[in-house]
Amino acid sequence: MIGLALLAVYVGIFVVSYLVVRYFVHQSISGFTARKTVTFGDESAVTPNRIASVVSVVTIFLIWGSFTGSAWVPGFLHAPAPFVGETSFTYTLEAPDGQRDDATVFVHVLPFGEKPEKFTVPPGDGFAKDDAVAMTASRSVTILFDRNDEVKRKDGAHVVAIDGNPISPDTVVKTGIGRFALTDKGAISFQPPTGLQMEPIWLPPPESVVQRAVEIARDGYRDTTLWGHLGYSLFRVVVGFALGALVGIPLGYAMGLSNWFRGWFDPIVEFMRPVPPLALIPLVIIWFGIGETGKIILLFLASLWIMAIAARSGVSGVNISKVHAAYSLGASKAQIMRHVIMPNSLPEIFTGARVAMGVCWGTVVAAELVAATEGAGMMIMVASKFQLTDIVLMGIILIGVIGFGIDILMRKAEKILVPWKGRS
Amino acid sequence: MSGLSIEHVSMRFDLPNGSSVQALEDVSLHLKEGELMSVLGPSGCGKTTLLNIVAGFLAPTDGRVVMNGEEVTGPKADRGMVFQQGALFEWMDVRANVSFGPRMKGQREAEWGEKVDHLLEVTGLADFKDKAIYELSGGMQQRVALARCLANDPDVILMDEPLGALDALTREKMQGLVLKLWKETGKTIILITHSVEEAILLGERLVVMAPRPGRIHKEYRLPYAEMGVGADLREIKHAKGYAETREEILEMIWNMEEEIMGRAEELQ
Repeated sequence: MIGLALLAVYVGIFVVSYLVVRYFVHQSISGFTARKTVTFGDESAVTPNRIASVVSVVTIFLIWGSFTGSAWVPGFLHAPAPFVGETSFTYTLEAPDGQRDDATVFVHVLPFGEKPEKFTVPPGDGFAKDDAVAMTASRSVTILFDRNDEVKRKDGAHVVAIDGNPISPDTVVKTGIGRFALTDKGAISFQPPTGLQMEPIWLPPPESVVQRAVEIARDGYRDTTLWGHLGYSLFRVVVGFALGALVGIPLGYAMGLSNWFRGWFDPIVEFMRPVPPLALIPLVIIWFGIGETGKIILLFLASLWIMAIAARSGVSGVNISKVHAAYSLGASKAQIMRHVIMPNSLPEIFTGARVAMGVCWGTVVAAELVAATEGAGMMIMVASKFQLTDIVLMGIILIGVIGFGIDILMRKAEKILVPWKGRS
Repeated sequence: MSGLSIEHVSMRFDLPNGSSVQALEDVSLHLKEGELMSVLGPSGCGKTTLLNIVAGFLAPTDGRVVMNGEEVTGPKADRGMVFQQGALFEWMDVRANVSFGPRMKGQREAEWGEKVDHLLEVTGLADFKDKAIYELSGGMQQRVALARCLANDPDVILMDEPLGALDALTREKMQGLVLKLWKETGKTIILITHSVEEAILLGERLVVMAPRPGRIHKEYRLPYAEMGVGADLREIKHAKGYAETREEILEMIWNMEEEIMGRAEELQ
């Protein structure tokens, strides 16, 4: 139900914001595209609408905050919250001899995360005595009302009404203060209104994720600082990738330049390429254990084939005229390698490096999920075992941001180092 | 013996299906120092194959090429090559492209700087020497290719349809530049083209090749290259005999094309 409600809200915001922007916001398209009459089907005329991007991101945080009762989202936008506070109801007990008496149950419903504390109330008069119950929001509680009553259930006493509404083991009573039912043995099961908000254990509000991030950045987690965890993951990726490139690029060059190398390594590379690095994790752990060596070897293997294939296609992509021209200008083989083949293959190698960095980052997190003593993946794995969902979320967000950052850096480097890419 | 000799060169390509194609059959030519020879022919007559053999990129199945008394076995700096396009180094700026040959020989800038700057001046690239290759127009790129070849000071310049990808106007200007450089430097030049006008205007000697098997069909000695140096090439086209020569060669190539088409129809 909550899922469908969420989807409806999301689609609603999508459609409404589209219509609002379309009919009420004047957007001027400048430049050449403004003169194009055919835009449907012309991919170059499609640019991301920045308003849509902003609304999209805001919507995600809004829905997140709204369904977690975030303090960052104004109260009127909150999804209905579960009942919290003090409430009470009366039950009517019928003794075996047909006599009836009412008693009141006082309930303290505490917010998520607070420990219910027992309290007492005066018993009142009659053979049914008043009770006191403490509980947590969104839960249900079984009330053994007759512990202090003068006539017990085992004597044949049973509840016949809640707040005047008749109840039996087959009927469920819903009133303004909650939902009532009788258990098989005749105890009262009570659940106050649960609302539509998620418990922090499923989905914590954004501010508690931020707060947790600040806390861990300050105090660390599991004997390592936050930067330590992220640094370990990054260190493994950088070292693994660097080793993979260091071996893979010369290997790819050799495969692009020599029949023997091509014949020797083609079967190996073509076999290893479709094997996902994740499938190698168990073997790597068996061989090298869970320490740094195993992880770096795993990332080395993940990037090696990608870089070898990139370098190979970089060599085969060289226009033969360039090589011929260089020979005619008197260049030696070594000079052609250095001044023609290597620079000519740079664009391909950069494309490969971007792919390899992405794969390595994903693989290192997965490897740390399986076994590690520090790292971003280990952090969220351990946190999930203790149901610290805020740490899990924080970890996922940081992993995403860092992966995105790596790709941006690679693209920047590509622009600076290979300005001729796609322009020859 | 100085100059370039092509002696009884034949080239046969074996196809994977067992048959073979005779791309060149018994081609012989001798170029004296400083001659400009244009080579013309319908597609498939083996003119590019011939150029690749002279450059040393291909070894002929029969015959040999002798350059300044030495048999050609591979590419060497004494035979420079200008390609149609795509042979410039995009990762170097214009000046680095032009100075590539001298730099590969290990020369310092003090040795090549003056010559390279002079060539950039002559080819009208002086203002663009720090530009990247992809920032230049097609005509400018071909001027860089010419300058790069000349900076290496080869004895023979081989041009494989160097102006083929240019628009008509740029092409005309470039033809003037080729003539000017030829006269100034006194280089031996072999120019492959599929434009009849270009072949007549630039070729001191003009060789028409015929296809299947590729062979020399007819050779002309023409005065227009000499006349064209420093003159308006459009004027030359009105010179005596130009129109007749053009018609004759066009007719010749037209007949060859007809023959090829006819043979293709027979095969079907």
